[in-house]
Amino acid sequence: MFYREAGDFKTSYTADNQTFPIAFDRYRYYAVLAVAFAVVPFLVNDYWVNAILVPFLIYSIAAIGLNILTGYCGQVSLGTGGFMAVGAYACYKLMTGFPEVNIVIHIILAGGITAAVGTLFGLPSLRIKGFYLAVATLAAQFFLVWLFNKVSWFYNYSASGQINAPERTVFGVPVTGANVEPWAMYMICLVFVFGSAVIARNLTRGTLGRSWMAIRDMDIAAEIIGVNPLKAKLTAFAVSSFFVGISGALFFAVYLGAVEVGEVFGIQKSFIVLFMIIIGGLGSIFGSFAGAALLVVLPVFLKLFGVDLLGWPTDIVAHIQLVVVGLLIILFLVLEPHGLAQLWRVAKEKLRLWPFPH
Amino acid sequence: MKLKLTAVALSALMAAGPVMADLVFPSLSYRTGPYASGGIPFADGYADYFTLLNERDGGINGVAARILECETGYNTEKGVECYEATKGEGSLVYQPLSTGITYQLIPKATADNIPIHSMGYGRTSAKNGDVFSHVFNYPANYWDGASGAVNYLLEANNGDISGKKVALVYHNSAYGKEPIRTLENLSEKHGFELVQLAVDHPGQEQKSQWLQIRRERPDYVVMWGWGVMNQVAIQEAANIRFPMENFIGVWWSGSENDVLPAGQAADGYKALTFHGVGSDFPIFAEIQEYVVDKGLAAGAGDQIGTVLYNRGLYAAMLAAEAAKTAQDIHGVADITPAMMRDGMEALEITEAKMAELGLPNFGPAFTVTCENHGGDALVGVTQWDADTGTWSLISGFKPTDGDVIGPLIEEDSAAYAAENNIGSNCN
Repeated sequence: MFYREAGDFKTSYTADNQTFPIAFDRYRYYAVLAVAFAVVPFLVNDYWVNAILVPFLIYSIAAIGLNILTGYCGQVSLGTGGFMAVGAYACYKLMTGFPEVNIVIHIILAGGITAAVGTLFGLPSLRIKGFYLAVATLAAQFFLVWLFNKVSWFYNYSASGQINAPERTVFGVPVTGANVEPWAMYMICLVFVFGSAVIARNLTRGTLGRSWMAIRDMDIAAEIIGVNPLKAKLTAFAVSSFFVGISGALFFAVYLGAVEVGEVFGIQKSFIVLFMIIIGGLGSIFGSFAGAALLVVLPVFLKLFGVDLLGWPTDIVAHIQLVVVGLLIILFLVLEPHGLAQLWRVAKEKLRLWPFPH
Repeated sequence: MKLKLTAVALSALMAAGPVMADLVFPSLSYRTGPYASGGIPFADGYADYFTLLNERDGGINGVAARILECETGYNTEKGVECYEATKGEGSLVYQPLSTGITYQLIPKATADNIPIHSMGYGRTSAKNGDVFSHVFNYPANYWDGASGAVNYLLEANNGDISGKKVALVYHNSAYGKEPIRTLENLSEKHGFELVQLAVDHPGQEQKSQWLQIRRERPDYVVMWGWGVMNQVAIQEAANIRFPMENFIGVWWSGSENDVLPAGQAADGYKALTFHGVGSDFPIFAEIQEYVVDKGLAAGAGDQIGTVLYNRGLYAAMLAAEAAKTAQDIHGVADITPAMMRDGMEALEITEAKMAELGLPNFGPAFTVTCENHGGDALVGVTQWDADTGTWSLISGFKPTDGDVIGPLIEEDSAAYAAENNIGSNCN
């Protein structure tokens, strides 16, 4: 009744091609943005920001990045943790090397450096695919973590091999370091998430995204109809790594503040981001958000429910959490391979026909 | 079930008491993951000591202590979540039992005015209280450990270890890398050769490292390991028939859980320590009476008297004593984290005090001052006897090489102060 195209007249091509062609959808999108930008910053406290919102936003960027590579271009990658580490260490070196430059520029540059590294590690994708490519990216993961542990230049020769984010400000408000206000931490992440999502969404709707999807669906056919696999695959690696690098930089500088590469950016990180896009939905920007939200909120929810409400021992709850995440992955792969995004799509389809389904 | 009982008992106690005030001691524990073998006994000891205080004395000077347990899995992200979740409840002092999480919390807790006690781990240069106002690492730190190990080797070789080869097997993380700089300086000073062998998290795969040890034939092996890495290393050492008495672990590599899997082959393995081992102290009878017999023991209750349980107990004892000191200084029973910090900075542990608490000669006597947050740096050595299944102290608590460690602490803390624009805390 409310959710339909009928009556929503478009008078230009631009209007016809907009991201949310249905009016109801569009207003919902504006409402979400308004709440996120204008309401949430006034309500948050330390706990909400550090335990839920900031990890959710940062993982969303990483999931968008991996989704471009795996979901849109069909190149399986297990190197996300390693690429996030590149972003984090690039950001650290830039922050300490050029303290007078704004942190926002450093984070974007860190994304750029990660894009270059990602493209380099994407080169094998031109010759190998599927499981073999997964193994090649796994090599990138281990190599990068080893590199940041081994070469002390990357952590400025500190005794412990830890990198620590010094205090940096945006418009005079600190966004990294110890004295960050929760809202400032949230806002800087939100701005980057918003930018990333808009760029990713529009890239995937354009020529580039179509060439990625053509490669994903059948690379030989795509090549025959004139899609350049070299360009498509390498751009996918570059764009994906750019977002992953930004998320790594934010993860280090804004969220954790101190990072040890083996522990924070290990293989575990690659898997959790992969789980996010599998549960959320491959080839969907919304799915990246849904998967990140689920995997960030679920452990916190289980902990609050199990430990604080029911009074169960903390170790039992930690084990239950592993079981639940594992179960969710199996259930999604069996029952809904396209993830939460598909459930959302089905719901929207039902809503369009409501209240008179055929 | 037991935890539920504890919770019920605690809430009953709180309901019965005249004031609802309580002293909150968060326990960022890890009972899961590859480091659980170390996390469980420590968390049990930490919780049992406060249970004992509540049951026997009705809390600390009449105010009940409350343990807030939060599972971190030795993971920094979960550590941050735990910190944020517990700090609002008036948490007095954080003891994360993880160097990674400690690094994370140093700036956060300092900004929130909550003290951290990283006992024998964390950032070594936190000993310099002039820079690290809210971080304490008494009674000993990693660099004392490195120096203590070298001193022990010197002793065993009549004061001359020049030309000897010492291999350091370390966890490839902030924790494992901490002693390297000190050992390098000490190797220059004493003329021994240092071979560094990194083991990646979690440490189950060490074949190549031990192959290298076999090839290099070091005279001694020093280990900076934790969790499953210790068990694997000791087993590997046994496999290449490395003489166990020449194998020395830091205090985090010297618990029953580390040596038992290797069985008889682990006999003679040594580890450093900064507190007493075994259950031959009067306090254990009281724990039996007030905690175990009442069914209030934390966890499975099977860790009592083990090395790491004792360490948890020791950490809790130091925290409780600091809380008492803070109560004395400020004249209020229900202290805040800021008062707790003052209490920690004025903490004085004497032989008499430890004997009174049922822990005679359990650890070295020491005094904390504003300049020195690290105690007097006395380190002992223990040895494992596989026949009786016990650790025993073979070398008493002896001073470490302050000439080497002092300048390193100065340098590292000065770098931190410059990086973060920190002024002097003591003046």
